[in-house]
Order: sequence, then C-alpha cells, then structure tokens
Amino acid sequence: MISSISSNHIIIAPIGSFIKDSILKQLVEFIYDRCGLDCRIEAKVEIPDYCHNKIRGQYDSKEILKYLISHSHPKSLKFIGITELDLFVPILKYVFGLSQINGTFSIISLHRLYPGFYNDPPNPNLFFSRMQKTTLHELGHAFGLTHCREKKCVMYSSIRIADTDIKESSFCSTCFELFKWHRENTK
Amino acid sequence: MNKKTRILIVDDETAIRESLKDWLLEDGYSIDLASCGEDAVAMAGEKNWDIIVLDLKMPGMDGLETMERLKEIRPETEILMMTAFATIDTAVKAIKQGAFDYLVKPFDPDEVDMQIKKIVTHKQLVMENILLRQQLEDKSRYDEIIGRSDSMQEIFDLISRVAPTDSTVLITGESGTGKELVAQAIHGNSRRCYMPFIAVNCGALPDSLLESELFGYEKGAFTGAEYTKKGRFELADKGTLFLDEIGDISLKTQVELLRVLQQREFRRLGGQDLINVDVRIVAATNRNLQNAIREKRFRDDLYYRLNVISIHIPPLRDRKEDIELLSEAFIRRYCLEMNKEERKITPNAKKLLQDYDWPGNVRELENIIERALVIGRGDKITEEDLPFSKKTDTLPPLPKSLKLMEKVHIERVLSENDWNISRSAQDLGIDRQTLYNKIEKYNIQKED
Ligand SMILES: [Zn+2]
Ligand SMILES: [Zn+2]
Repeated sequence: MISSISSNHIIIAPIGSFIKDSILKQLVEFIYDRCGLDCRIEAKVEIPDYCHNKIRGQYDSKEILKYLISHSHPKSLKFIGITELDLFVPILKYVFGLSQINGTFSIISLHRLYPGFYNDPPNPNLFFSRMQKTTLHELGHAFGLTHCREKKCVMYSSIRIADTDIKESSFCSTCFELFKWHRENTK
Repeated sequence: MNKKTRILIVDDETAIRESLKDWLLEDGYSIDLASCGEDAVAMAGEKNWDIIVLDLKMPGMDGLETMERLKEIRPETEILMMTAFATIDTAVKAIKQGAFDYLVKPFDPDEVDMQIKKIVTHKQLVMENILLRQQLEDKSRYDEIIGRSDSMQEIFDLISRVAPTDSTVLITGESGTGKELVAQAIHGNSRRCYMPFIAVNCGALPDSLLESELFGYEKGAFTGAEYTKKGRFELADKGTLFLDEIGDISLKTQVELLRVLQQREFRRLGGQDLINVDVRIVAATNRNLQNAIREKRFRDDLYYRLNVISIHIPPLRDRKEDIELLSEAFIRRYCLEMNKEERKITPNAKKLLQDYDWPGNVRELENIIERALVIGRGDKITEEDLPFSKKTDTLPPLPKSLKLMEKVHIERVLSENDWNISRSAQDLGIDRQTLYNKIEKYNIQKED
C-alpha cells in the first residue's frame, strides 16, 4: 500500500508469555501494509517477578516497559512487545497497551481483546482486528502521535473495547500525515 | 488550534502521579505534577489549571485543606478528588465542600475519561454563558449599520460573505465612518459570535504599553508588573480581535504583530511559554497604508497579511442618500434614550443636513442629531437646532494658522448665538471681557 520502505525496521517479540507464530506473522504483514515498515520477529523476553502485582493479579505495564528499556537494546526503530498477560498502570484498573510517547518501546496485551473475556462466543476475525487496531494505535504513540478526535481513526482513544470495535484499523488522513511526518523525523 | 486543557495532578505516590500523567498525555492534555498539598498551593499562585486531580490522603496538608486553599486562590478551577476505598466518606464531604466529583483508585479508565470530559464541557458552557449575556447586553447599545446607498449595499453583501470565513479583514475609511460597527457585524455574523469581540485602539497607546496590552506580561516582566496579565490576543481566543488605527503603530510593533499573525503563537512580555491562540483579526485604519508603505512607515508584508479582504467605507459626503435614513435612526435611538416623543425634521433643516460636507462623517451626524434633540424645544428639528446656520452652511476652507482658526471659530460661535455675548462666551469657555478683547483684536464684525 505504501511505496516507501524504511531502511529501518521494527521488532515484534512475545513478552512473558507464549504467543502463536501465526499471530505474530499476521501482525508483521499488517504493519507493513499500513505503515510500509518492515518487521522482524524476535525470541520471547522473560520479565522479572516484581512486574507481577499479586494483590491485583495483574502485571504493571510501566514496570515492564522500564525493564525492557534497561535490558534490551534493539538495533531497530521501534520495539513492540506482545503479551497474553493482563496489564495495568497504578492509577487505572487496566490498560490495553502502553507506549513511551516518542520512545522505542510499546507493549500490547491480548488479554482483554478476546471476545471470551466479555463472555462473547469465540470470533477469530474480531480478535485479529482488535489486535491490529491496538498495535497500530500503540505504534502511533511510539511515533509521537496523541489521540485523535475522529471516532473512526485508529488513534481515537480506546477506553472500552467498544471504542476499539467502532474504529477502523487505519489512521485518518490527518493522523496519517502526522505519522509520516514523525516517521521522517525519527532517525 | 484549541487551547489545551491544563491539569495538575497532586499525589504523594510517584507511581500514581506518573501513570496518570502518561495516560492523560496521550489525550493531549497539558500536565503538571505536585507531590504534596503545600507544593500545589505554592504553584497555584504562579500558574492556573482548568482541573486539579487531588489525592485526599496525603502526609502534611491533606486533600481537604489543600482544596480549600486552592479554591481561595483559583475559584474557577475544578477539583477532582481521588481516594482509596477506605476514605469514601471524606470524599463525599469533599464534594459538599466544592469538589466537582471523586474517583476511587485505581480508576476505571471509562470513569476518569467521562469526568474530565464533563468538566471540560461544563467549563466551556459557563464561559459561553458569560459571553452570551455580555453580547445580549451590548447589542442594545449598537444599532446596525445603516444605509440604502449602493455603496453600503455592497458593503452589507461583502460582510455577509466574509463573516463566516476566518479570513483577516482590513477596513479602511475616514474617521467616523463606522469601521468598528463593520468589524462587530463581521464578528456577529461569524461562527465566533458567542466568543469575545475584543477591540484595541492601537493609535491611543504608546509603543511599550501597546505591546503589553496586546501580548500581556508575566509577573516581574518590568517594574510595576506585580501580577501576570493576559493580553488582548489571549482574551480574544476563539473570538475576534479588532485592531483599530493599525496605521498608527510603530515599525517595531509591526514586526511583533507580523510574527504573531504568521505563527499564531506568542510569548507574554517576560514570559517563556509559547501561547497558542485561535483569533480572527479584523484591522482598521483611516490612513492610506499604500502611501505609508511608500514612505517606509508601514511594512508591506504586514499590509498583505492584513489586507486579505478589504472593505472600504465611503465618507458620508459620497453617499448623501443615506443621510435621511441615518438621521431618522439616530432620532429614534436618542428619543428612546431620553424618553422623548420622536421628532420630525423640517424640510429646511433637512436641506442643511443634505448640503453639509460632513468631515466627521456618521459620527458627526450622530452628535449633531443628539445635540439638536437636547437643545431643541419644539416638536420638530429645525435649522435653528443645527450648528451650521444659514450664514455658514457652505463652510469656507479652514485656515491653517491657529490665530486665524481662533478668529473663524469665534465668528462661528457668535453667529450661532446671534451675537449674544454671554452665551457665546459660555460656549467658548472664556469670560465676557476676554471675548470682547478677542473681538476687538481680530476685528470681528457682525454681518448683516
Ligand atoms: Zn492511546
Ligand atoms: Zn486520526
């Protein structure tokens, strides 16, 4: 879809849990299609115990990002971690994902993307599309984008899963221009 | 270019502060942090926020006390209390004391988002209500621009076409032609009509004052700057800024103004932060800017910035067909104001009004009508009520020398008062003896 192929690439890696290869490959294709960026899949990264909050039964996404920042030094443009673990930040009950705005690392949780989490029947297409939107959204943040007011735009803030389902798996034209601008200014 | 909503987060726990900040940053809010109530109160003296998210339970000054202090300094700031489960009773108390609402930690993302959006909408509504009321009150003070002449019809048409756009407009015309009324009509017919219309008379202020008036200043920017003051650009945010007498500003201020028009952002005097504003500019001048450009008194790049759309209001002498309509409108307005019966104008007085040259344009006509209604005793406005009597209805060109001017003026006042010395002296603001001396000195003689 986009002709300019970057000289740099993006790393996708499972974090703290096993992720099926087919899922990761699906994301590689999707990101190339939407952003013209090459992705490489890397080996699973284990995370330290302290990221697990036993009282909340969840994983602190900020601690995971901090750990990744200090322990992995990818020679890539961006690094996207994918996990099955349920993520939170201290002030919120949960997050779908977290990024360093304008930074290298993002992490996406699949935990709340499965229809089963909401007691809905399994639906692989719905799950894949939620995953794509969440990934592209966090990648947008990693490239410096903030939320968009356009409900259909992938950069619209997903506060509930319904927000994710309403939006499309692509940037609106404005966000796409911004994305390209940030992309060119990230070297 | 909407102004960002500014939020202060006050919590003693770093992880809470930081994670809330990160999350709100994704929404494009502007965020500041304080780790205790004391810091928040100290910061509030310097800076203003739309919303303060305040932790209820903190060592030192607790949430309730902090809220009380903050409300004293910044009563318009809304406060969202955060609380752990155990202290909900106190949170309810906080609402009774003026907090907007409370949130239980950890937040449901849905709930914070809703609360913040609710406050933002609420604040916008309050602001719009204030502005709307001001506008309704103002409206009765300004009659619409009046004219049935072709030239005015063209202007009405132009106003209706340019008003809805955000284009910069330059209004030219002699003093008293009603440039500000046209600017108000443009504002009133635009989507900005419920937001402020701010006027600045650039010609009335010296250079240094004009800049601080336009851009505001920070506390301590210069001696006497005891507090931070918003400039007219900031006050006009989302509305219209009317820059009157733009031809009178110095070259230095022209450069500053050009920069703001190009970049739509500026700093207060003595300030660090760039301030973004969304302002529509309408400028006006009674000067010939093209001449000023030729004489290097006005920058041509600024001229082209301002003159995107130009509206020229012709002098009243070039649209004499509007005089009657205008006179009637002024009579109606002032009779209503003075609680008098409406008066007609006698044919002779009408002719005087038609033949006069109106160097002061519509404003002069308005003043003369008002004066006629005050001094006139009959139920009609007659030529006696008008300051230009039979003798001076065709005014000779005014002399340049002050002395000669004084002579001509005294002659005119004497003739208006039928050579009644006491009344003439009173009008001139001198005593009778002085007037006699001047009559002798200038050899003024009663005509007849
Ligand atoms: Zn986001
Ligand atoms: Zn967008």
